[in-house]
Amino acid sequence: MILARFLGPRVWLLVAALLAAAVLVPLSNLWLPADHPLHVPSHIVPLLGKYVCYALLALALDLVWGHVGILSLGHGAFFALGGYAMGMYLMRQIGPRGVYGNPVLPDFMVFLNWGELPWFWHGFDQFWFAALMVVLVPGLLAFVFGWFAFRSRVTGVYLSIITQALTYALLLAFFRNDMGFGGNNGLTDFKDILGFPIQAGTTRAALFAASCVALALGVLLVGAVTRSKLGSLMTAVRDAESRTRFIGWRPEYVKLFAFTVSAVMAGIAGALYVPQVGIINPGEFAPVNSIEVVVWAAIGGRGTILGPVVGALLVASSKSYFTAVAPDTWLFVLGGLFVFVTLFLPRGIIGTIDHGWTGWRERLKASRAAERGAGAPPAAPPQSPGDLPSPAE
Amino acid sequence: MMQQPIEPGPAEPFVSPHPYATQRALERRAKQTADGARRETLLYLDGVTKSFDGFKAINKLSLVLQKGEMRAIIGPNGAGKTTMMDIITGKTKPDSGEVFFRGDVDLTRHDEAAIASLGIGRKFQKPTVFESLDVDENLRLSLAGSRSVFSALRHKRTVEEAAKIEAILATTRLTDKRHRLAADLSHGQKQWLEIGMLLAQDPELLLVDEPVAGMTDAETAETARLLREIAETRSVVVVEHDMHFVRELGVKVTCLHEGSVLSEGTLDHVSADPRVVEVYLGR
Repeated sequence: MILARFLGPRVWLLVAALLAAAVLVPLSNLWLPADHPLHVPSHIVPLLGKYVCYALLALALDLVWGHVGILSLGHGAFFALGGYAMGMYLMRQIGPRGVYGNPVLPDFMVFLNWGELPWFWHGFDQFWFAALMVVLVPGLLAFVFGWFAFRSRVTGVYLSIITQALTYALLLAFFRNDMGFGGNNGLTDFKDILGFPIQAGTTRAALFAASCVALALGVLLVGAVTRSKLGSLMTAVRDAESRTRFIGWRPEYVKLFAFTVSAVMAGIAGALYVPQVGIINPGEFAPVNSIEVVVWAAIGGRGTILGPVVGALLVASSKSYFTAVAPDTWLFVLGGLFVFVTLFLPRGIIGTIDHGWTGWRERLKASRAAERGAGAPPAAPPQSPGDLPSPAE
Repeated sequence: MMQQPIEPGPAEPFVSPHPYATQRALERRAKQTADGARRETLLYLDGVTKSFDGFKAINKLSLVLQKGEMRAIIGPNGAGKTTMMDIITGKTKPDSGEVFFRGDVDLTRHDEAAIASLGIGRKFQKPTVFESLDVDENLRLSLAGSRSVFSALRHKRTVEEAAKIEAILATTRLTDKRHRLAADLSHGQKQWLEIGMLLAQDPELLLVDEPVAGMTDAETAETARLLREIAETRSVVVVEHDMHFVRELGVKVTCLHEGSVLSEGTLDHVSADPRVVEVYLGR
């Protein structure tokens, strides 16, 4: 009960929906007969899992954009780094089953005539190590980047441009063959994850469930952070950063905290994404990807927790639909959607519903009060003599 | 750091075979005398200069505020009043000169957040409150206490905290607006909320920039009452254009002009000063 009041009913509803999906979708896929109307086909499960990972990425971005006002145009970089850490684990799991049959070296290294494993590939044969790197690499990059950017008080559009440059720089670096990450082909041909065959229906269902649970945990985390005093402080930093300094806060640390947590969330989203799509390549670092994440959050409604999740699911699934049905129209649909939302729903879908709802309730309250006022005898004088005259509006 | 205050007075003749040693000793003695005097002050500005692109916003400004004192600062536009506040609160670093708080804390070495935590609160000319937060949260963020991110994350509301906020709401007449968004407050109420945020910070020194700009006469009188009440337990520096309001405060007045002190004393003394009249009325 206390928890319900603490986070608000909406967060709990979203969490419940996600956990229900985590159970029901795999059940329906694995146990219902293929001709059953509620059967989820096997090719849809990883697709849904992919959308859930996108939703987690959008939620992560919204933690910094919607709640602290940092427009990051480089969150795709943290997503891709988490994905690469997972990809390196999956590559090491291939073992001698690669085309060249080398028990240690991944195929692309054999192809490049490398004699031994580069130092930064060591440890990735262990899942715990890879999982640690999924969290650590994006988190550390965000921390170091944020430390310099926020402490030198880089804000607004300048910060957005630097984040865009960050992801572009990583894109160029990962394209190079001698970086040791598979160049432009990236990492692919995965066989197992934790000993389970990656193509198997049960594995895919488990990965989907894991993605839903990760998103649910992310929602709880963002809900708890934004409801705490730190959440109020984040809003304060977003609205009047310099004012917070004059009451003794250091907004750079607030931003650094949010940015690092957000990058870790993005990294986890990337790590869950890679085994479900079966490939990670430098294309994930493309600046356009990061901008698309911003579009998801904007369409769903930033700063609403539910908004970015809904936005990501909606836009990503329509992307799949339109690119299959009419591939040429997708960019027009996306552009049109963005223009429409910016012009007519500047708060995003969820933000607009919220705003309309509060406005409607206030109007209802006002009209009820007016009715009561008309029926009742003249009310007491609005101000007792000791009160101040109301300040000029 | 702990030095005996040196009695000011004529220096004893210092005898040294070397004239340079004599000079150094005399300098040292003069500095000790000045430091001793400084130690008793709350705010001490000496020879502060700050120029922006060659324009001297502050020019060899010296100003001393005693503990518990309330001071009004007047001066025409561009006299350097706001720049002076920027220097005291760490927003701007002076080109030269000394700025000390509580006698020996060098404010030029600290940033805004550190200076705020030392006990200097500031109210801006344009009321600046956190518009998307309600009145209660605005005050809660300003309450004195830990300023670390993780303690804010773990923070739980306590009874004492609620009592303090209650008291501030009563002082600033905002009790019934407690759960209103700050954005929905009127101009005068925002000014008071900002004063309330200052009180919540529990500072030793308050810098208040034009607190009655845009207020009605009744609100102005009420604000003067509020500031006098605050000044009973703290030191206050008020920058204000409104002479009527300054008269109502009834405190020592400093008139700034072109970045330095033009005249200092009671309001009657300052307003009778021919230089002040000339600055205000033009040549």
